[in-house]
Amino acid sequence: MKAFLILEDGHVFTGTSIGAQREVISEIVFNTSMTGYLEVLTDPSYAGQAVVMTYPLIGNYGVCYEDMESERPWPDGYIVRELSRISSNFRSQDTIQHFLEKYEIPGIAGIDTRALTKILRESGTMNGMITTKEYASLDEVLPRIKAYATGKVVERVTCKEKKVLENDGLKVALLDLGAKKNIARSLHERGCEVTIYPAHTKAEEIIAARPDGIMLSNGPGDPKDCGPVIDEIRKLYETDIPIFAICLGHQLMALATGADTYKLKYGHRGGNHPVRDLETGKVYISSQNHGYAVDAKSLDPAVAVPAFENVNDHTNEGLRYTGKNIFTVQFHPEACPGPQDSSYLFDRFIKSMEVKKNA
Amino acid sequence: MPKNPSIKKVLVIGSGPIVIGQAAEFDYAGTQACRSLKEEGVEVVLLNSNPATIMTDKDIADHVYIEPLTAEVVEQLILKEQPDSVLPTLGGQAGLNLAMELEECGFLREHNVRLIGTTSETIKKAEDRLEFKSTMEKIGEPVAASLVVESVEDGIAFANKIGYPVVLRPAYTLGGSGGGIAHNQEELEEILANGLRLSRVGQVLVERCIAGWKEIEYEVMRDSAGNCITVCNMENIDPVGVHTGDSIVVAPSQTLGDKEYQMLRTSALNIITELGITGGCNVQYALHPESFEYCVIEVNPRVSRSSALASKATGYPIAKVAAKIALGYTLDEIPNAITGQTMASFEPMLDYCVVKLPRLPFDKFISAKRTLTTQMKATGEVMAICDNFEGALMKAIRSLEQHVDSLLSYDFTALSREELLRQLEVVDDRRIWVIAEAVRRGISYEEIHAITKIDLWFIDKIAILTEMEEALKKQELTAELLKEAKRIEFPDSVIARLTGRTEEEIRELRYENGITASYKMVDTCAAEFAASTPYYYSVFGSENEAESSGDRKKVLVLGSGPIRIGQGIEFDFCSVHCTWAFSKEGYETIIINNNPETVSTDFDIADKLYFEPLTPEDVENVVRLEKPDGAVVQFGGQTAIKLTEALMKMGVPILGTSAENVDAAEDRELFDEILEQCGIPRPKGHTVFTAEEAKKAAGELGYPVLVRPSYVLGGQGMQIAINDKDVEEFIGIINRYTQEHPILVDKYLQGKEIEVDAVCDGEDILIPGIMEHIERAGIHSGDSISVYPARSISAKVKKTIEEYTRRLARSLHVIGLINIQFIAVGDEVYVIEVNPRSSRTVPYISKVTGIPIVPLATRVILGHKIRELGYEPGLQPEADYYAIKMPVFSFEKIRGADISLGPEMKSTGECLGIAKTFNEALYKAFLGAGIRLPKYKNMIITVRDEDKAEAVEIAKRFEALGYRIYATKGTARALLEADVSVRLTRKLEQESPNILDLILGHQIDLVIDTPSQGVEHSHDGFIIRRNAIETGVNVLTAIDTAKALVTSLENTDAKDLTLIDIAKI
Repeated sequence: MKAFLILEDGHVFTGTSIGAQREVISEIVFNTSMTGYLEVLTDPSYAGQAVVMTYPLIGNYGVCYEDMESERPWPDGYIVRELSRISSNFRSQDTIQHFLEKYEIPGIAGIDTRALTKILRESGTMNGMITTKEYASLDEVLPRIKAYATGKVVERVTCKEKKVLENDGLKVALLDLGAKKNIARSLHERGCEVTIYPAHTKAEEIIAARPDGIMLSNGPGDPKDCGPVIDEIRKLYETDIPIFAICLGHQLMALATGADTYKLKYGHRGGNHPVRDLETGKVYISSQNHGYAVDAKSLDPAVAVPAFENVNDHTNEGLRYTGKNIFTVQFHPEACPGPQDSSYLFDRFIKSMEVKKNA
Repeated sequence: MPKNPSIKKVLVIGSGPIVIGQAAEFDYAGTQACRSLKEEGVEVVLLNSNPATIMTDKDIADHVYIEPLTAEVVEQLILKEQPDSVLPTLGGQAGLNLAMELEECGFLREHNVRLIGTTSETIKKAEDRLEFKSTMEKIGEPVAASLVVESVEDGIAFANKIGYPVVLRPAYTLGGSGGGIAHNQEELEEILANGLRLSRVGQVLVERCIAGWKEIEYEVMRDSAGNCITVCNMENIDPVGVHTGDSIVVAPSQTLGDKEYQMLRTSALNIITELGITGGCNVQYALHPESFEYCVIEVNPRVSRSSALASKATGYPIAKVAAKIALGYTLDEIPNAITGQTMASFEPMLDYCVVKLPRLPFDKFISAKRTLTTQMKATGEVMAICDNFEGALMKAIRSLEQHVDSLLSYDFTALSREELLRQLEVVDDRRIWVIAEAVRRGISYEEIHAITKIDLWFIDKIAILTEMEEALKKQELTAELLKEAKRIEFPDSVIARLTGRTEEEIRELRYENGITASYKMVDTCAAEFAASTPYYYSVFGSENEAESSGDRKKVLVLGSGPIRIGQGIEFDFCSVHCTWAFSKEGYETIIINNNPETVSTDFDIADKLYFEPLTPEDVENVVRLEKPDGAVVQFGGQTAIKLTEALMKMGVPILGTSAENVDAAEDRELFDEILEQCGIPRPKGHTVFTAEEAKKAAGELGYPVLVRPSYVLGGQGMQIAINDKDVEEFIGIINRYTQEHPILVDKYLQGKEIEVDAVCDGEDILIPGIMEHIERAGIHSGDSISVYPARSISAKVKKTIEEYTRRLARSLHVIGLINIQFIAVGDEVYVIEVNPRSSRTVPYISKVTGIPIVPLATRVILGHKIRELGYEPGLQPEADYYAIKMPVFSFEKIRGADISLGPEMKSTGECLGIAKTFNEALYKAFLGAGIRLPKYKNMIITVRDEDKAEAVEIAKRFEALGYRIYATKGTARALLEADVSVRLTRKLEQESPNILDLILGHQIDLVIDTPSQGVEHSHDGFIIRRNAIETGVNVLTAIDTAKALVTSLENTDAKDLTLIDIAKI
């Protein structure tokens, strides 16, 4: 069946419908990863967005459920050049077609994804509609498309209740703002007992549990839409508990401590972004997925200083909090998908918890 | 870390002659690296024995030495040039080994020269089997478990530990004889017992069998600060068991999930870190197809064929970045030249699919085994880019220029189902065609996979292509169907064939429906950033990104496609120089080529690069978009020449010599007319189509005769026939492929073979020099030792050659280059071949005369006159030194290939010997070709009757040098009669010890074996030559070559070579 992608600037791409056939309006973003489409689909940070995969051949190795980064796929829509008609991998349990249908994700295949990516690169991230309906005129739909806003998506993706991954090591409180599973897994593998809290949990509750460290996860949407959460994070900041934050967590900690965030033209989404550790000068290839960044100019050095920067566009990629045991990064040391080069940051977090505990 | 200021003068070591396994990719890497060093203000001294390369140009390095690649030469060169550093990682294994030798003997330290780009410890850790294994064990990276055993019991115990199947490799046996794969204890006992018996040292390596696992490669880079990135990963469609150089390779990997991809990526980064490599490195893995288990197969701590492929596949210039890293820069300080706005410390992201196919030489070596193994056999490769796999595969297939254009090109329809299944087990260059046939017959993917171990995903892609064939045959050709066929890159010609229409009809139908090619950019970043480098590939059904810019005049330069015997790197040299020359004249330059190993497909050679097949349709697509003002075909070998007619039909003016005149040189009757007008004699001959006509012609001319097809390169299919039976066989071989042009039968003249390359501006000619072949006529010019200046012909003959060249160039209205081959019999000069285009000898003669022929020819093509370019027309004065071009062969790599030389070219590369005296030049040339004598001073002579007299003279001279000579009966008798002391050895069919035992005894330096002419080459001779080659013994099959060798041995003291800086000529 024919499907259309209509962008808010009036561009229309015609392709084939995949997944669910319902009409959807969302923010269109592109991801440049060549592998890891399932991890992308199940990354809660994509809630409220439709993802274009720039790599043209998707679905080659099928779907292996244990690779899911959350309980379900989150994007509003899925846009690809070509879906493989067979899936070939010893672990494959399903096809991506069926997976999209099962979770009722609408999508479009067979369009020139490179041309689409170039539009997003040049004009910046914009809204779009995926539909199987052939509109005679765009006059009616374009205003609707333009009106779309991502909104408060963290509420949608966070867990409904507290969960504990038992272990006998350090106790970590993980604030789930839309966490990818591999954050908890990375800590658990390192011996930590991880308690996962819903995003709206009060700081007092977390502090009362006397964790050895607090982990703020990644998540979707505009950080400034997370007002109440920011208030709680400020309280966490006031404690002396070591804190490590990733992506949205990093942005929220910055906002909680007086810095500012802004929207990037088209974001960083992929597995090839170089980040420089400003302390050592060393460069790591990182997995990234963010449309907003912390404005380094807004930082008060008495509160926080940049710890990482993006080698390509020099945007902020991490902060170290002055006089605090707090370290936050914009990129994804938990990988999945993408390079595992910065997983050492989890070790660093563990070390800081140990130091604190033994002090 | 910025550039290290103490690096001021760097010696770069190249890879030497092109051989199978070490080809043009090192010219590409070396050229890029030298330019990168010079860009940084570093003085570059270059050593490479290969004159056909671009890196040995004076534009590329400051000091250029085309000298043999031996430790002695490097030592001498270091003393002479006093570089402060040596960069050894760009010259393949040859360069690396040399640097190691000098480092280990302390020479570098003694002379305060450091190795940059790598350290000797790194090289040792990567290259030494034991050190490598222990390094990998230290960091927990698995290698295939193996153990050397000396008894069957130990073997059984070890096999029980690692599990069956196991591979058994006896130590020190020829070509792996006595080895095999054991699937159970019973088989193990049998093979192991046999292997232990056959091994000279009674040892057999028992190894975990990883054949059939997925073969995956990663190209990784690391700088001195420890920053690492992966440039690209690649998946071999052929599972482990076929050398990656012979495998069909796809980039990026297609059947790996993120878990597998990142697992191996992390492993590769761990390895490069542990080895401490600064620069590029290639890591090869075997990945179990049904688990996460993997083994590291090999690590190459240097640029390689795979890194060249990865560079072209991603746009990331590995060699350039590696050179900068060697100077001290870190990855985040080096700009990404493609985007201009990002840094080298990122990982390329592809938004397309790349397929590489090997170019295998089985069309040259008909008798050779086509089986693909872990020994590489390909002479070159092609690469294709598309936004889908099927399309990339289809484009790659037609880029091969081996009479293949689709999955229908090899016909296996006659095989029964059982035969087809058996054929699937054969691992050779036709395997994908066999799979296609199997799919057509309805054999299940699973069954095909069970036999071939090729991943189902690739089998399904082949099926998509065969389904399209079927649809085109059976369905009505709607616009939709045509669109889909073009999306997966079915050429119009194939669609026409399948639908029963003409190619023109298909093209028109396409245009009517707006189905045309559009071009996408290779930008390293999947469109995330705007890129400034116009490197394009075509797709159907997408938006076009390539813009035709209109302000400057535009020239289309057609490349020469894959490296093959007869059309090598020389033509890339010519294409690149022509491009540069056009650029200097203010033209916008556009290159179309499909060879990932070459300099011409580097991103910054032409203004625009189209990485495309070189077929009329693919070229036309570019022409429609770019509308060039003209095209040059005379620099791209036969590949480009073949496109002339098509280009003219497209309305593209051919710059330089016109197409009619190119035709006139190839068309026998037209050419005879011209020769007659010019009063130039040629050996008598006839054109024929059938064996009957050929025999009649031969009867008239008298045997021996030369038989060959017209319009071929490298003497393909050319043979000397001595009787009717030969003629029948040769015509049969030629007519395996439908011939559009007649076959030529010429009288075979035995004389001196002379060759010239000349530039002609329509009136005047410029001949840089006359080259003379050491071997008499009958051996292909590419396989002959070529001497400049010609020393054994008279001034009169030289005058005649100059005059004939002038007359021919003028009558053929040559504008640009012409190559002519003559035979001189006494003072009589005959023309045997005229090629109105660049030739194999152009780089060589340019370098040794210092006359830049290609830029000159290019300027002449643009209307300049030789006189106004500062040259006096005619034959140029001779240089005061000798330059000898020596062919280099790769026979040991191709099992079953007959190594005896004849009119069909067999060499893969060449090296140069240049010196003040002929003898030293000759010695250097032999040395450069790897003929290092003596070791044991033992040799075997076995020659045909007509060579016996000359063999006696040669034997006497070897005897005087202290050689012990062995000979078989006939030759021995002739030598004894002439008082040469000789030891008789039994013939092959006689009982042991016979001639074969002598060869296999590893005590022989040299075999001189001249086979009788014609088809009836003795089978014994074949076996002797093959075994000698495979034992590493030098074999000469032409009496003239033997004479030259003994002359060089008589006259030179190896210690005392004079090195010549070509850049100063």
